[in-house]
Parts: sequence; structure tokens; C-alpha cells
Amino acid sequence: MRAGLTVLAGAAVLTGTAAGLAQEAGFSDIERGRYLARVGDCVACHTAEGGEPFAGNRPIPTPFGTLYSANITPDRETGIGGWSDAEFERAMTQGMAPGGKRLYPAFPYPFFTKATRDDIRAIKAWLDTLEPVRQEVDPPELPWPLSWRALLAGWNALFFEEGVFTPVPGKSAEWNRGAYLVEGLGHCAACHSPKNLAGAVELDEAFEGGFGEGWFAPDLTGDLREGLGEWSVEDIVEYLKTGSNRFSSAGGPMAEVVERSTQHLTREDLRAMAVYLEDLPAAEEVAEPGDVRDLDELLMAEGEALFVDNCTGCHLMSGEGQEGVFPALAGSSVLQQEEPHSAIQIVLGGAEKPSTEAKPTPLAMPALGWKLDDDEVAALLTYLRNAFGNSASPVEHSTVTDVRSIIEEREGTAALASE
Amino acid sequence: MPTKLPPVDVLLVGFGWTAAILGEELAQAGLEVLALERGQFRDTVPDFAMPQIQDELRYAVRHEMFQEPARQTITFRNNHAQTALPMRRLGSFNPGTGVGGAGVHWNGQHWRFLPNDFRQRSHVEERYGADFIPEGMTIQDWGVTYEELEPHFDRFEYLCGTSGVAGNLNGEITAQGNPFEGPRSRDYPNPPLERSLGTLLFDKAAREAGFHPFPAPASNTSRPYRNPLGVQMGKCTYCGYCEWFGCANYSKSTPQTTILPVLLNRSNFSLRTNCNVTRIKLDRSGKRATGAIYVDSSGEEHEQPADLVILSAYATHNVHLLLLSGIGEVYDPKTRSGTLGRNYAYQMVSGVDVFVEENLNPFMGAGALGQAIDDFNGDNFDHGPHGFIGGAYVALWTTGGRPILQHQLPQGTPEWGSAWKQAMAENYLRSASLSVHGSVMSYNDAHLDLDPTYRDAYGDPLMRLTFDFHDNERRMSRFVTARAEEIARAMRPRSYTVNQRQGPYSIVPYQTTHNTGGAVMGDDPSTSVVNRYLQHWDVPNLFVMGACVFPQNAGYNPTGTVGALTYWAAEAIKTRYLKNPGPLVDA
Repeated sequence: MRAGLTVLAGAAVLTGTAAGLAQEAGFSDIERGRYLARVGDCVACHTAEGGEPFAGNRPIPTPFGTLYSANITPDRETGIGGWSDAEFERAMTQGMAPGGKRLYPAFPYPFFTKATRDDIRAIKAWLDTLEPVRQEVDPPELPWPLSWRALLAGWNALFFEEGVFTPVPGKSAEWNRGAYLVEGLGHCAACHSPKNLAGAVELDEAFEGGFGEGWFAPDLTGDLREGLGEWSVEDIVEYLKTGSNRFSSAGGPMAEVVERSTQHLTREDLRAMAVYLEDLPAAEEVAEPGDVRDLDELLMAEGEALFVDNCTGCHLMSGEGQEGVFPALAGSSVLQQEEPHSAIQIVLGGAEKPSTEAKPTPLAMPALGWKLDDDEVAALLTYLRNAFGNSASPVEHSTVTDVRSIIEEREGTAALASE
Repeated sequence: MPTKLPPVDVLLVGFGWTAAILGEELAQAGLEVLALERGQFRDTVPDFAMPQIQDELRYAVRHEMFQEPARQTITFRNNHAQTALPMRRLGSFNPGTGVGGAGVHWNGQHWRFLPNDFRQRSHVEERYGADFIPEGMTIQDWGVTYEELEPHFDRFEYLCGTSGVAGNLNGEITAQGNPFEGPRSRDYPNPPLERSLGTLLFDKAAREAGFHPFPAPASNTSRPYRNPLGVQMGKCTYCGYCEWFGCANYSKSTPQTTILPVLLNRSNFSLRTNCNVTRIKLDRSGKRATGAIYVDSSGEEHEQPADLVILSAYATHNVHLLLLSGIGEVYDPKTRSGTLGRNYAYQMVSGVDVFVEENLNPFMGAGALGQAIDDFNGDNFDHGPHGFIGGAYVALWTTGGRPILQHQLPQGTPEWGSAWKQAMAENYLRSASLSVHGSVMSYNDAHLDLDPTYRDAYGDPLMRLTFDFHDNERRMSRFVTARAEEIARAMRPRSYTVNQRQGPYSIVPYQTTHNTGGAVMGDDPSTSVVNRYLQHWDVPNLFVMGACVFPQNAGYNPTGTVGALTYWAAEAIKTRYLKNPGPLVDA
């Protein structure tokens, strides 16, 4: 990118015309837009499996039904090629498409509204440079009355507040930059927060962890067990830049976020995001290390035996993992989340660390769901959540069954898609 | 007519170790690189995941990772008086197939050849005189020296995260390592693996016998490792399933665990699997390769044009492809003319099984977890009184204790029934094997050509191997095996059995997958197929990788030297050939 800028600057000097200078400014905007689209990870939702990037029509599962992402390439008929800058801005900041059509908030406009209008225009400037792709988008599969978009006006009145991020006085510029990215385009809270019955983020519990795509996106607050309490700013930066750090490896949906989005952000921006996240207060009372729970001894013994047989090759008997390669189970926040869904996902379906420029190996854990039944997974995870100084509630058999059906559905869909 | 595809800068035929190294080197240099692999794509997860990978029946007995003889095999005869017959089931050696090649199922025994090995003929003549070389032996110098290869040995070891301890650090002999090795510029990237009880017993016994034991170099990682490409490996779990298996733990160095995570992300590199190359195409002058013909899994033929063609399949396949493509003059054993197929060599292996008092827990092993002596390898000892050339290392490898194939029983034990069971119960934990891994020199009657009768699945003639062991190798083997016996005795075992190789070379029992020669390197186009940069003498835009370029075989496993030669060739291509495509050495 830097090399490209230099070449272009040279070209402008050579032509020495006003047009040349204007073009240079346009180029900077486009480059900034490309970077900001990375921050927002637009490509993730707006690309179907095996489809053209940004051409949309990716099914977005929600608790209410399946939606299909928009084609945001500049195709005039099926994409956003006919949209003016103002129309694009309105969609991003108010959730309203041209013609007054309201967008479902699975499109994270409640977050994007916090982005500066300049940044939104930069994103549009970059999207305009994409090759137009003709790709019709399927209509939402929602039951009546949710299929009635006018209801969204009510949703917005209750849960949506329009307005650009305002820096918090008394906080550093770095903190404010981080807050801007995390709360705005980064839309981290969309997954990492509990949602109410209407699918809106519970603002007073923001960043305490939440469900997304059948995974439980962990607590990002200062909680020592479940949150980032033990992580330094550098730990967070390393995680987002490389996909792993001394505590954890990204897996599941977060692996995609790191691969497509955060690894491409500048260290300065990642640091700013980390500074902001580090400042999020722990949700409730911080759990005391070494909380002793009343656990079934037989269940724990079964869990330990399963651990020895299945996990110790990589994670070692001590549960310490191998630094820089396989994550530790001791002290793992993913394991100790209030909701064990992500840990169950990893055991049943396996997980793969993202391949990043800094750490290219997509180190993977194989799926164990084919050989461990739901009782065994519950025993194993109950043990892991309470071994090596960890402490968390026992895992219920029924929770494993639920997650297994989510995985089966996902893999069934994937199998169909690949046929 | 094959469909003609858009051209690429570099075409790699086969996608194992050498292709992965070259792919990364040349793609990094900005070239558009394409690799064609006859087998399938495979990676640690899901293909090598535990516990499925630890299936001895499926992989070691039923050969799931190996070349299928129904698709391609060789014919074999011991000498010209015989009619060669096809090898219908793999025996003496196990070439791989699929992404990573045999680099997936190897053990990780990662050696450097000795400095003198690269000057085989000159060295013997200098030390013992030209008359010392027996009639019919066609050994020659490699055209490249150990000193030239040293940085490349080093690069390959650091790529692999090899575990070991230096014996000769810049000329300084150290106490723990192999005192006979060539000088290395720095120590191994990782310390030796944890020692097995077997290797400790061997170490003690070998010292008692007056030899110089050391931990054998292992491309099984002794600790978590990140190589210079940033690729990560986990530490070995000593599961005992290296040889014939993929590694479940990112602990054995393979193309998958050391290069592919970076290479496969490069936009100017592409890989096509299930594509079997059947011909290298030359232009009308016969001096320039224009690309290759390959058959895909639907049976369609394609022509892939390329500016630079590199044969990077298994040693024997590279020679086969040159033979099928009519590139170079085929060696004629009657007239001794021609170079293609000449100087085939192999490995002379024997062993001593020891039945000890101690409980050795052999199942806790790794493919290259071993203790070795090099006192009788290469020219590390005076051959004058013995009258043979070459040598062997003696090693005790604790590679594993798999149930079907990995156990030793004392001589005379019945092969089934309750006596067999009892002997197995008594000896499974309390036995080990000392292996004697010896060199094979090249001879004017050991060679490769096309079979006149038998054909492969593509209708092409099979390659014919004509090979037998010679008196020189038998005497070498007897001598070094007797030294192994001394070590075995010093282990104070309950009993031991010497397994000397008897009779003519047989292609049936497994020995080693270390086939060498057939397209050898050298300084003289009348006795070599490729020059010292592995560039074809007649076709300068064609390079040939792998152990087929070895002019004769040394007493070591070949992969370390194959890797070093590949980096050496890659450097010549990058720094010299690309600037001025043409012969790098004047013929």
C-alpha cells in the first residue's frame, strides 16, 4: 500500500496538474476506505461461500430466521452501484436503504452510526472501485410479522440511537481512538455482548460475552477468569495481529475475524483498541481464584481420564499447552465462560487457528465429536473447567446435545453447499 | 490432443520436499510457480489426526500413503541374464504419493553426508591410490563440495527444526555430538530429543567398546519451534508413529509442517493435485523444455507450458520421466556409453537384535530418536587393511513398538502358537535392534532403463531396475556389522541375533526407501546427467532434484543432503539462472 502511494505521488508531481492532485486525494480516500472496510470486516458477511467477494447473498442465521447479506459491489441493479454517497451514509448510520426500505439490524448500523461521516464516505469510495458483480440477493426468511419491515421503526425507537462517536473528555487520544474502532466499525459488541429478546445488545451488560453463530463470544471485560483481566495490552495486540498469544488461540468465528480483519490493522490501531478493552470494568464481582464448587467426583474422574487420553499430546498433562503453538487449558477464559458453548464447539467440531502473516500455520485441533458422546463431552469439559485452578459451572449433557445439533446443521449446510 | 493451458514461469513436477522448497524460494522471488502432484491434497488436520493416523494395518501394512503399484511400479532383475518382472506389491522401498510426498511418511532421520563423500573418487585415489577402486565400480565426485553445501545444510535444518547436538562446530570438536561430522557453522536449532532407555544403553555400551556415540539428528521437534518462515511446530509426543504415518502433532518436519502454510498463501503459487505428468516436452531443437503433458483424474490430457521445468518427484520417478521423454542418452551397460539411468545405487542394511534384561518401553519412541556411532562410516577409519570402500553408521533407533511389525523375537522362536505368545510376552518390552546403515557404491552393471514388456496405468513402459549387491558392499557390511555385534555384547543382553544380509539383493523384504542415482550430477557431461547446479547438461531450462542426482550412495539417510542440494540449486537459479537463462556450466 505504501509503495503504491509513493508511485502515485510521483505521478502527480510529473503531471503537475490540479487534476493530478485531486486524483491523489481520491486515492488516499480509497485506501483509507479499504482499510476501514477491513476494520468493519465487511467481507465476512457480504461474501457467500464460494461466491465473489462483497457480492453478498451469504445466509446470516439469526434467532428469528435467516437473512441474506446485501451485494455491496457497485452493480447498478443487484448491488449498490446506483446509490449516492448520501444514500450509503443513511444506510450505514440509520439503517435505511434508498426508497425508505428499513434494514434489519443484523446489519450492524447501530454500531456503524458511530463512524465519522468522512470514514463512511471513504468506505463508499473504496467500494465504488470494486468490479461490479451481478448477484441477486434472496429475500429474508422471516415469519410474519417480523417480515414486515415497518416494525423496525419501533425497534429503532426502542433500541437504536443514531449519532457519531463523541470522544470522552479526560481519556487519552489513544483510548478514544480505540473506543471509536471497537464501538463503531469494529462492532465487537455485536457478538461479545448479551442480546435481549429483540436481538438488541443489552447495553448495561455490554462486552460480557454473548452468543453468535452457535458459539459463545467470550467476555471482554476485566474479569480475571472469563474476561481479559489477565491480559496485557500487548497480549491483546498479539492476539488480534497474529491469531494467538500466550493465553489463547482464535478459533471459530473469531479465527475469521482475525484472518480477514484484525491482522491487517496497524499496530497503533490495535494498541488503541487494546487500551480501550483493558479499561472495560469487570462485569460483576471478580471470581476468586480457586473457587471450589460442589462437583461430582465420579464425573470429574471420568473427565480427567478423557483428558489424559485425548488432550495431553498437545496441551500436556499440566494443561499448560505449548507456548506459541497450542493454547493453555489452565486459566483459559474460553473454557471458563459462563456459557460453555464455545468450548463444546471446539471439542465436538474441532477448531483452527487463523493463518496470519505473522503466524502462518493454521494449527488445528481435530474434531472429537465422532468419538465422544454427549455425556463424555460434558464430563471432559466439567473437568477442564475445574482443573488446573480453573473454576466454572458443570457442563450439562443437554447443552452438549444442543451444540451438537447446531454443528450438524452447519455441516449439513456446508455439505449441501459444496455439492 | 491435449488441451494447451496458459503458461507459467516455473513448473514443478511432483510436490514433496524438493518442490516445496523450490516453490517457496522461487515464488518468493516473484515467479509464477505451478506444482503438479499426482496424488491428493492432505494436511495435518484432518488427514493425520489422532487416533485414525495411528493405524498400523491401514498405513504400514496396507500402504495407504504409498505409491500404488497398480498405477505405477518398476520391473526388477538382479542382472542382465535375467528377465525383469514387475514389482506388484511394494517391498524393498516405499515411495510416497500425495502432497508432501514421502516427506510425510519419513522418520525424520536428518543427516549430512561427510565432506569426503562429495569427493568420493578423488578422496579414495588420494588416500589409497587408484588401484584401490575395484573393477566395475563407477564412483565419481559430485562436482559440489561439502563447504559449498554447508550453508544449505544449515538452512534445511533450521527449516525443519532439527533436534541434535553439534559434534564439529566450525572445526571445534565437541564432547556430546558426532566428532566425525563435517564442520557446521552453528549448532542444531533444537536440542536432542529426550533419550529412550534403549539409546542410553547403547550409548554406554558403545563407549565401553571404544566408540563415539551421539544423539542422532532428528527432524522430530524436541520443543515448540517456529522456523525462519514463521511456521510453527509443536513438540514431539513420542507416540511411536512416525515411519509410514503422518504426524498428528505438527512435530515431524514435513512440507506441511514447515513450508506449506506460507507457500499455499502466496498468490503467485498454485498447486494442482491428481495430475500425473507423463512427458516433458522439448522444442524442435531438443535443447529447450517447453512444458509438460499431464493426465488429470478425469483422464483428460493437458499440456502445461513453462519457461523453467523442474523435476521434483521421487528419485526413481524423475529418471522414469526423463526416460519416457527421451531426454538425454540412455546408458548402455555393454558400451558404457550414455548417462541416463547410469549409477543407480541403494543402501546396504543389516542389524543386530538384542534381547536385554531391562524394560525398554519401546512404544515411547520417535522416528529419529536414536543413538549412533559414526566411527565406521564413510572414510572415518583406515580402509587400507580392509580393502573395501564405504561404511555405515550403527544406531539404535527407538522408533516405536507397534503391534504388528515392530518387534524382535530370539532366533528359533516359532512363528505362531503359545510358544510364540510366550516369547512375545517375554521380549516385547525387553528388546531392541541395532541397525547398520551402509553405503552402496555405483557400478557399471547397476542401472535404470525402460522395460521392453510391462506398462503402467497410462500405457507407458515401466522403468526397469537392474541391481545387485557387490562384494565391496558385502565386505563393508560384514565388517561394520561385526562392530555392531561388539556394541550388542557390551549391552550384556540375554541373547542377540545378527541379521547379516545374505544372497543376492531381493526386492521383496523392506530395506530402505533410499534409491539413488540414474540422473547423477557431476562436472563431466559424459558421466553425468546434470551439472553441479542440478541443471540438465543438454536442456538448460530443465533441472532435476532429489537423490537421483547422487553419483553413489553414502552411509546415511538421504533427506538432509537432498534438502541441501535443493537449496543450493535454488540459489543458483535465483542468483544466476534467472539473470541469464542458459547453461550455468559450459559443457
